[in-house]
Amino acid sequence: MMTRPIILSSDSINITRETDVVPFRSRVKEQAVKIGMSLVNQTKLITGASELVRNLLKYGKGGTVMIEIVSRGRETGIRLTFTDKGPGIPDISKAMTDGFTTGRSMGLGLPGTKRLMSEFDIKSEVGVGTTVTVIKWKNG
Amino acid sequence: MKNEAIKIFQKKKQNILEKWITAQLEVNGMNDDLITNDDLRIQSEELLYTLIDNLSDSNISNPEAHEFDPVVDILSSISISRAKQGYSPRETGNYIYSLKETLLQVLSEEIKDPATLYTQSMAINKLLDSFSTSTFETFIKGREDVIYRQTDEITQISTPVIRVWDGILALPIIGTLDSSRTQVVMESLLQEIIDTSSSIAILDISGVPAVDSLVAQHLIKTVSATRLMGAECIISGIRPEIAQTVVHLGIDLSSIITKSTLASALKTAFDMMALEVYKKKSVR
Amino acid sequence: MEKIPILRMGHFLLVTIQVDLYDQLAENLESDLVNMVSKTNAKGVLIDISSVSIIDSFMGRILGNIATMSKIMDADTVVVGMQPAVAITLVELGLPLKGVYTALNVEKGMELLRSKILLEEENQQEDDDEADNPE
Repeated sequence: MMTRPIILSSDSINITRETDVVPFRSRVKEQAVKIGMSLVNQTKLITGASELVRNLLKYGKGGTVMIEIVSRGRETGIRLTFTDKGPGIPDISKAMTDGFTTGRSMGLGLPGTKRLMSEFDIKSEVGVGTTVTVIKWKNG
Repeated sequence: MKNEAIKIFQKKKQNILEKWITAQLEVNGMNDDLITNDDLRIQSEELLYTLIDNLSDSNISNPEAHEFDPVVDILSSISISRAKQGYSPRETGNYIYSLKETLLQVLSEEIKDPATLYTQSMAINKLLDSFSTSTFETFIKGREDVIYRQTDEITQISTPVIRVWDGILALPIIGTLDSSRTQVVMESLLQEIIDTSSSIAILDISGVPAVDSLVAQHLIKTVSATRLMGAECIISGIRPEIAQTVVHLGIDLSSIITKSTLASALKTAFDMMALEVYKKKSVR
Repeated sequence: MEKIPILRMGHFLLVTIQVDLYDQLAENLESDLVNMVSKTNAKGVLIDISSVSIIDSFMGRILGNIATMSKIMDADTVVVGMQPAVAITLVELGLPLKGVYTALNVEKGMELLRSKILLEEENQQEDDDEADNPE
C-alpha cells in the first residue's frame, strides 16, 4: 500500500463544452511549469489530460476536473481527478485494453493515457458516473 | 516556577559550550581536516544557544514542539552539509551525543537532589535523542541526494551524441537500457537531430550487455520517435549473442534497420544520403 | 470563426499550425484542406507543426485522415517540424501516424514532396513510352 500524497495546492475546473479544453490544458501546463516539470513529462501529462477530458465530454457529457499539486516522499507531481455523472463503464478491464472503443476515436484513449502517466486509477459505476485519477511525477 | 535545568543551562551557557567543544575535539577519529576549529565553534555556538534560548517549561518534555523548529533546522543543515562533505555517520552522531553528555554532566554537577536530577536528566535525554534521530534522518537524506545527483550525472555522461558526418549522428549506448535511460537517450538524440538538422541517427548498442524484450521495445520506441521527427534511425552493434536472444525471444525487429557494426551502419547512412567514399589515387 | 490559413505554393499546399487546436478547428482544417486539394489539384500537402506542443489521439487521427484522404486524391502529405517531446509522447501513446510522411523542417519536407512528384512523373513517362511502343 502506497502512502497517501500530500496535497500542496488544489484547483477545480468545470468542463461542459469543447472550448473549455484549451483553457483547461493551459491551466494544467501552468501548474506543471510551476513545479518545474521537464518538457517531455509536461507534454505527456497534457496529452493524457487531453485524452481524459475528451472522454469526459464524449461519454460523461461534461464534468469537473480537479488539478492538484501533490508530493510524496521526495517526489512532487500533478494529480488530476476527472469526475463525471455519465452512464459509467460496465467493463473497466475491457476499456483498458488496447484497441477497444465505443465512441468514434482510435481506441487507444485509456491504455495509451495510462502509459503516459505515472499513476492511473479508474472507478466507475453504471448509472452513477466515472472517476479517473492520474498522477504525473515531476521526474517520473 | 522555572525549570531547574533550564536555569542552569542559561546561567552556564558559555561553560557548556567550552566543555562541548573540548569533548568534540577529544573524540577519537575526529576529522579535523574537514572543518576548522573556528567553524566548529561558530556552528556549535549557534546550535547550543538556539537550543537553550528556546527551552521552556512547557516544551522541555515535548521534542515535537514548534519552538524547536529552528533547532531542528540548524541540525538539519549541519548534518546535510556533513553528509555532503563526506563525514562518517559516527562523526555526525558524536556531534549530537557529545552535546547530550555535556548537558547531562553539567546537570549532575549542579543539581544535588537525586530525584530532581533523575527527572531533569531523563527529560534532556529524551529531547536530545529525538534530535539525534532527526539528525540521522537528514544525514541519510543528504547522502541520498548525493546518490541521486550521481545517478543523474551518470545518465547524462553515458549518452553522448556524436556528429560523425554532416547530417549523421551516432549515439553509443553503454550499459543497461531501462525506461528512464531510454527517455534520456530519446530526448538528447531528438534534440540533437533538430539542432544539427541531421537526417540519420545511428544507435550503437555494442555496449549494451543484453537485449531482452523490454530493451528491444525501448529501441523500437526510439526508432519510431526518430521517424516521427522525420529522420531515420539505424541500430548498429548487434553482436551474435544479441541476434540469438532476439530470435529466441521472438522479438520482431524487422521494422528497423539493423547492422552488425558501426562501420556498416555508417556505410548504409552514406548510401541513403547518396554519398560515396573513394580511395585517393596515388599521385607519382 | 477562427480558421487555419492554407497557402498554395505551386503544386503544393502549405499549412502552418500556430495555435493549439481544439477539436472543431481541427475538423474544419481537415475538410478545408481536402476541399483545397481537390480545387487546386495539388500534388502534395505540407503541414508544419513546429509550434504545436500537444498532439493527442484526436489530433493524430485528423492528421492521419488528411493523409489518407489526400492520398485517395493523389496527393502526398508530409508533416514537418514535430517537437521531440511530442514525438516521444506519441510513441508512448501508441500513435504511429500511419500513411503520414515526416520531415525535419519545411525545407526538407518540400524536398521530399518534390522527389515524390519527380518519381511519379518518371513512372508516368515510362508508362507513356510503353503505350507508344506496343511491341
